[in-house]
Amino acid sequence: MVLVVWGAATLGFFALRLIPGDPVNVLIGLGNVSTQVRDQIREDWGLADPLLVQYLGYLGRLVQGDLGTSYRRQQPVADVIGQQLVPTVQLMALAVVFALLLALGSALIGRGRRTAPLAGLLELVAVSSPTFWIGLVLISVFGFGLGWFPVVATVGFGALLLPAATLAIPVAGIISQVLRQGLDDAAALPFVDTVRARGASHTRLVVRHTLRHAAASSITLTGYMVGSLLGGSVLVETVFARPGLGRVALNAIVDRDVPVVLGIIVLAAVAFSVINLLVDLVADRIDPRLETKQAYA
Amino acid sequence: MSVLVAVRSRRVKRMPAPALWAAAGFLVLLVVSALLPGVFTAADPLRTDIGEALLAPGPGHPFGTDQTGRDVFARVIYGSRYSLAIGFGATLIALVVGLVIGSFAGLMRSLGDGVLSRAIEIVMAFPEFLLALIVIAIIGPGEASLLVAVALAVIPSYARVARVQTLVVKRAGYVEAARTLGVSPAVTVLRHVLPNTLGPLLVMATMGVGTAITAAAGLSFLGLGPKPPTPEWGLILSEGRNFLASAWWIAVFPGLVITATVVSTSILGRHLQARSARRQR
Repeated sequence: MVLVVWGAATLGFFALRLIPGDPVNVLIGLGNVSTQVRDQIREDWGLADPLLVQYLGYLGRLVQGDLGTSYRRQQPVADVIGQQLVPTVQLMALAVVFALLLALGSALIGRGRRTAPLAGLLELVAVSSPTFWIGLVLISVFGFGLGWFPVVATVGFGALLLPAATLAIPVAGIISQVLRQGLDDAAALPFVDTVRARGASHTRLVVRHTLRHAAASSITLTGYMVGSLLGGSVLVETVFARPGLGRVALNAIVDRDVPVVLGIIVLAAVAFSVINLLVDLVADRIDPRLETKQAYA
Repeated sequence: MSVLVAVRSRRVKRMPAPALWAAAGFLVLLVVSALLPGVFTAADPLRTDIGEALLAPGPGHPFGTDQTGRDVFARVIYGSRYSLAIGFGATLIALVVGLVIGSFAGLMRSLGDGVLSRAIEIVMAFPEFLLALIVIAIIGPGEASLLVAVALAVIPSYARVARVQTLVVKRAGYVEAARTLGVSPAVTVLRHVLPNTLGPLLVMATMGVGTAITAAAGLSFLGLGPKPPTPEWGLILSEGRNFLASAWWIAVFPGLVITATVVSTSILGRHLQARSARRQR
């Protein structure tokens, strides 16, 4: 985990130095200043130091939890990100819930002879649709067409539903594909006959046994997907004009606000590591095979 | 990401033939519209006519018109050029570079492989879209940037598959045989290892074209791609966003075409995958 975060910070630090142009221009905005003032600013921000010194300084501060100061907003990057973290986490959390429910529903219903091709088609379309387009279609249909949801509101639970659904649909498609495949694979295993022979009902078989087998790979995948939700939130927040990390990232990239971009890179790496850890723990609990492996170990 | 998942799952169901034909047909139409847009529409994608602004889809304007009276159908047809160029271009770059990096890592012993694999792993911790955004931050927005950004964002995935595949192929009997027969290492790699590594990557790339098109459209939707009034799909969508209340067709049709494109490439990719899986058995 430390390795991933360090690697990301290092790659990001040096890659972002490749940005052409003088960071001082970003710092002063549109104003015109003398060379003297420029040199002073460069001195103050530590931009005059050798690259290696800057890098080590950044790492040193990073270890203490200091992400630096935004060029554009002149406030700590941790504050800039912190303020916008809540709406994005709400959005992503609800999207994960939606995605899992949708995937579970479609995987459980879509395994009959008639429903399987339909589920396959729906999954394919869900996976293939661009996130921002799904958002626009949902707004047209449910916002403007039926008037069920507010179109531009940013507060309240109602305003969260459409964006979360938008973010959830492509992810649900992928998870559903894997879950259905997993259920099919598990249904072919010998233990299924044993369970049946003991007189277990079909529901009990699926819920207690095959679903547990199939769930592990889907949960690993969900962890991976959370990362891509962060990328998707940039688009969804733009479509729905919501505040959040995605917007912060986009603005920082357009403004070339290097410390903020770097802060988001580090945050993404931390999130990736933490989620992977959680996913491994949960998958161990759910999949019976991993359990026995541990019991014998 | 969907690409990876598909490549990993072992049992692949065959695609029904009608779906396959429909997908191939759609892609052919798309390529024709990119090369010869005049075949499909006589309208000029850039000609504005305020008198005809925001017309609903109907005869004359199958996809309606936008806020300045431009024909949305013509814009979508002419837009296929940009999207296909970026989709195929970025995928080709990612495929070649990924293959080189991946097989390099796979062929090298311990240290080189370790460093490269770690680097790939770290970059893969990032969602592809975020990677593309960061690349744009470095090289600045624009059409060429889209291509480079999308390509760079997916290179790690290709490199990883290429590395694993190289490790498998390296131990195959025919490579051993070639070596025993005294074929030089360079020739062995070029004649035996690379061609056999390429297969799974080509399947991945077929599906990757669709993903690349979506990613590029997303970036240009955010205003990081070509400038208006270029008829690029993502850009048309972002313009349509402001007129959703009165003119849903501006945003809905280009998105529908993107979705159809990605669905088609996925169907073709899965077909290829199912075929290569059968051949291996």
